[in-house]
Amino acid sequence: MSEISRRHFLQTVGAAGAVAPALGMVAPGRAARAQGSKALTIAYNVNLPSWDPTVGLSAVNPTIQSIYKSVFDQYIDQNPDLSFKPGLLTKWGWNDDKSKVSMTVRDGAFWHDGSPVTAEDVAWSLERAGDPQTGSPIQFVWGKIGNFKIDGMTVTADVKEFEPTLFKWMAFLTGYVMPKNAYGKLGAEGFEKKPIGSGPYMVEEFERNAFVRLKAFPKWWGGKPAFDSVVFKFVPDATSRVAEVESGSSDLTIEIPYEEYDRLRVKTGFAGASTPVSDIGMIFITNIPPMLDKNVRLALHHAIDKKAIVDRLLRGYGVPIDTLEAPQYAAFDPSIKVGYDPEKAKSLMAAAGFSPEKPVTFTIQTTRGFKPKDYEIIQAIVGMWRRIGAEANIEIYEIAKHFELRAQHKLAPAAFYNWGNSIGDPSTSTGFAMFGPSPHSAWKTPDVDAMIGPLWGEKDEAKRIAGYKAVDRYIADNGLVIPLFQYVQPIIYRKGLKVVPHVANYILPQTITPA
Amino acid sequence: MSLTYLIKRLAMAIPTLFGVAIVVFVLLRVVPGDPISMMIPPGARAGDIEHLRALYGLDKPILVQFGHWLLAMLSGDFGISISLRQHVLGLILSRLPATLELSVMAMLFASGLGILLGVAAVYWRGRWPELLVDGLSGLGMAIPDFLWGLLFILGLGVLLPVLPISGRLDPRMEVDFTTQFYLLESLLRGNFQVLGSLLAHMLLPAVALALPLTAAIARILKSALKEAMAQDYILMARVKGFSKARIIWREAFRNALVPTVTLSGVQFTFLVGGTVLVERIFSYPGIGNMAIGAVIDRDLPLIQGLVLTFAILFIALNLLIDMSYVLLNPRVRHG
Repeated sequence: MSEISRRHFLQTVGAAGAVAPALGMVAPGRAARAQGSKALTIAYNVNLPSWDPTVGLSAVNPTIQSIYKSVFDQYIDQNPDLSFKPGLLTKWGWNDDKSKVSMTVRDGAFWHDGSPVTAEDVAWSLERAGDPQTGSPIQFVWGKIGNFKIDGMTVTADVKEFEPTLFKWMAFLTGYVMPKNAYGKLGAEGFEKKPIGSGPYMVEEFERNAFVRLKAFPKWWGGKPAFDSVVFKFVPDATSRVAEVESGSSDLTIEIPYEEYDRLRVKTGFAGASTPVSDIGMIFITNIPPMLDKNVRLALHHAIDKKAIVDRLLRGYGVPIDTLEAPQYAAFDPSIKVGYDPEKAKSLMAAAGFSPEKPVTFTIQTTRGFKPKDYEIIQAIVGMWRRIGAEANIEIYEIAKHFELRAQHKLAPAAFYNWGNSIGDPSTSTGFAMFGPSPHSAWKTPDVDAMIGPLWGEKDEAKRIAGYKAVDRYIADNGLVIPLFQYVQPIIYRKGLKVVPHVANYILPQTITPA
Repeated sequence: MSLTYLIKRLAMAIPTLFGVAIVVFVLLRVVPGDPISMMIPPGARAGDIEHLRALYGLDKPILVQFGHWLLAMLSGDFGISISLRQHVLGLILSRLPATLELSVMAMLFASGLGILLGVAAVYWRGRWPELLVDGLSGLGMAIPDFLWGLLFILGLGVLLPVLPISGRLDPRMEVDFTTQFYLLESLLRGNFQVLGSLLAHMLLPAVALALPLTAAIARILKSALKEAMAQDYILMARVKGFSKARIIWREAFRNALVPTVTLSGVQFTFLVGGTVLVERIFSYPGIGNMAIGAVIDRDLPLIQGLVLTFAILFIALNLLIDMSYVLLNPRVRHG
C-alpha cells in the first residue's frame, strides 16, 4: 500500500477548498450577508403548517401569525404597543343602537396577483368565516354578523348577536381578508400551493418544514418594505437557532434561552431587544379539594415570591402580575394586588388547619421545557409552599395532555400554563380562562359565571371594562387563579438592523429596517 | 435467491405491517393527549367539540375507527393530516426522498470510512494505527448521533462556520425541481451549483448519522478480517508470495464482508430511525422532522402514516440485506 505524503495531502485539501465555493458548498449565511442589506433571514421557532390563516388548527396558533401578517392583511392592524390602527379597513364602527356595523375598505390596496382589493373581498371573507361549514375556529364570533351589503368601498352588515370584541377580533386570530376571486379559482388545495394575499410580502418559494422565501410586494399600500427578500427558516430547536445567528446563517432569531440572549446581546456584531409580551405564566386552580378552601387558595398565592422567580430563574426577563391582565391590556388595574406575604400565608394555612408539620397535600401539573424554565419555576413554587404547610407533588405532562384534561375539567388542583392574548381584551383572558361554560376554564363556579356572563354582550364599553376589573378583583380576593408573571420575548439580531419589539410577540419583517 | 423466496419474504411483510398498524393505532388512542382538545377554539360549546370529534371520525368506537382507517389505507388513502390539512400520503411522499437521500449518503459515508478503518487496522495490526482505529471506533459508538450533530453545529457551524447547519438547500437559490429527489435530480441535470449546496447542507447531518455506524462497521470488519486472515487459504496466498495488501483486499475481504453486512445492516435500520432527532436538530425537512411535529400536535393520521412508512422502510432494508448475502456468499447462492 503506497503511503500518502504530507505534500500530496495538503495539495488534495487545497484543491477541495478551491472547488467547494465553486460548488456553492459554503455556509449560506456568509453568502447571504454578502448580498447586502436587501435580504433578511429569520431563524423562526415553528414550522408553518398551512397557508390559509382563516381556517384549521394553524389559524389559531399565535406563534405563526408573524408569517401570516407578512403575507396577508388583517381587517384592522395593531401598533407595537397593542393599540389598534387601520389595516385593510380605514374606518369601522357600530350604529347608535349597535344593530349594524359599517366598514370602509381601503382604496388603493392590491392583491399579489395585481387585482384590486374590493369591498366584495371583505364581505366574502367575513361571510365565509361566519359559515359553520367553512371550518373557521372563530366562527362563534364571525357568525354574529350577516346580511352584508356593499356600497362602493363600504360594507355594512346586520348584527345578529352583539359581540363587543368583534372589531378587536378583526386584528386577532383568523381576522384576515382573503381574495374572493383567486380563492374561487384556486380552491383550498390550490391556495395552499399558491397563496395570494395583499400584505407586504409575496410568497416566492415554500419548502415545507424548511423555509419560506418572501419577496417584497411593491404595490403594498403601506409602502415597499426595506428588505426586498425575506426568508423565514424553520428551526424548531432552540440550540440550532442560536447557532444559526451566531454562525451568520440567519440575521435574527427569537425564543432562545435567556442565558443565551444575555451572552449574545453583548457579543460583538450582535444586538438584542426584549419587551414584555402578551403572554403570561399562571397556575390554574381547579374547584376540587383542597382548593375549595379559600384560605388554602389565598395562602398558596401569598406564599409565592414572584419577583424572586423572575429575577433568579428568568434572569429578570418577566413582569410579576396579580391578575390575568398584563399592564398593556384594556382592563389592567394596578390597584389589584395580592402580594408576597409568607407570614400571612402561614396564618391562612393555620386557619385552614394546616401547617408545615401537618401539610395539605395535592398535585400540581406542569410541562417541562414547553416554556422557559417551566419545571424549575414549579419546583421553586413547591419549595415556597412547603414552608407554609403545603406539600405539592409535581406531575409532568405534555401540553397535549394539558389541553385534554382542561377540556374534560380534570386538571389537578393546580396546573401551570401560559395564556396569550395579543388583543389585550379582558374577554380573551379573564373571560375565557375563568368562565365556567368555557372549555378552557378550570375554576367553574356560579358566582364567577354570574359576574362574567352579562359582560359577553355588554354594549357600553366603559361598563364592560369596569365589569371585568371587578371580576379580576373578585378573583384576586378569592384566590381563584394564580397569575405569576408576564413573559418577555428575547430577540437577537445582527448589528446593523433596527428591530422594534411588538408586545403581541410578532416578528414582522415589514417593520425591520437597516439601522 | 429464487423468485419464490422473494415472494415468500414479501408475503411475510403483510402480517408484519398489519401488526404494526394495529399496535400504532391502538397505542395512539390510549396514550395521553387528545388531538381534538388542542383544536378547541376559545368560545366553543359542547356541541362544537362533538362536531369536531365527528369530523375526524373520533366519535366512533376504536374498532370501527380502525376498520375505516384500514380499508381507506388499502385503497391508498392514508387520511387527512389534522394539523397540516393535507393528504397524509402526499405529505409523506413529499418528504420521504429527503430522508432517503440523507440516509443513503450517511450509509455511503459509513461504509466507505468504516471499511477503510477496518482494513487499516488489520493491515497495521499490532501497531499504532490499529490502536487509533480502536480508539476512534470506541468514540464513534459511545457518542450518539444527535450529540455528534450538536458538536458539529458548534464546531463547524459556529466556531468555524464553514458549513450550513440547517435546511436542505440554500433558501435563496432559484431552483425548480421536478421530483423530490433533489440530489439525484441536480446530479442528472448537471446543476453543480445546486448539487454543491445540497451536499453542503447534507454533510453535517449525514456524518452525524454515519459516525456510530462507521465505528460499528470498522469494528466488525476488523474482527472478521482477522478471522479470515487465520484461514488456510490465506496461508497459501502468503506462500505464493502475494503482497499483504493483495491478500487483504483480494482474498480475505470478500469473506469478511458477510458478517459485516449482516451486522451493519441491522445498524443501518437504527440509522434510519436516528433521522428523527438528527433531522430536527439540523432542521432538515425529512419525515423524521415531520414525525416530531406530528407527535407534538397529536396528528393521529400523520403519525400512523409515518410509523407505517418507517416499518415499510425497515422491511425493505432487511430484504435488501438478505439479498446482498446472495451476492457475497456463494454457499447461500447455491444452497
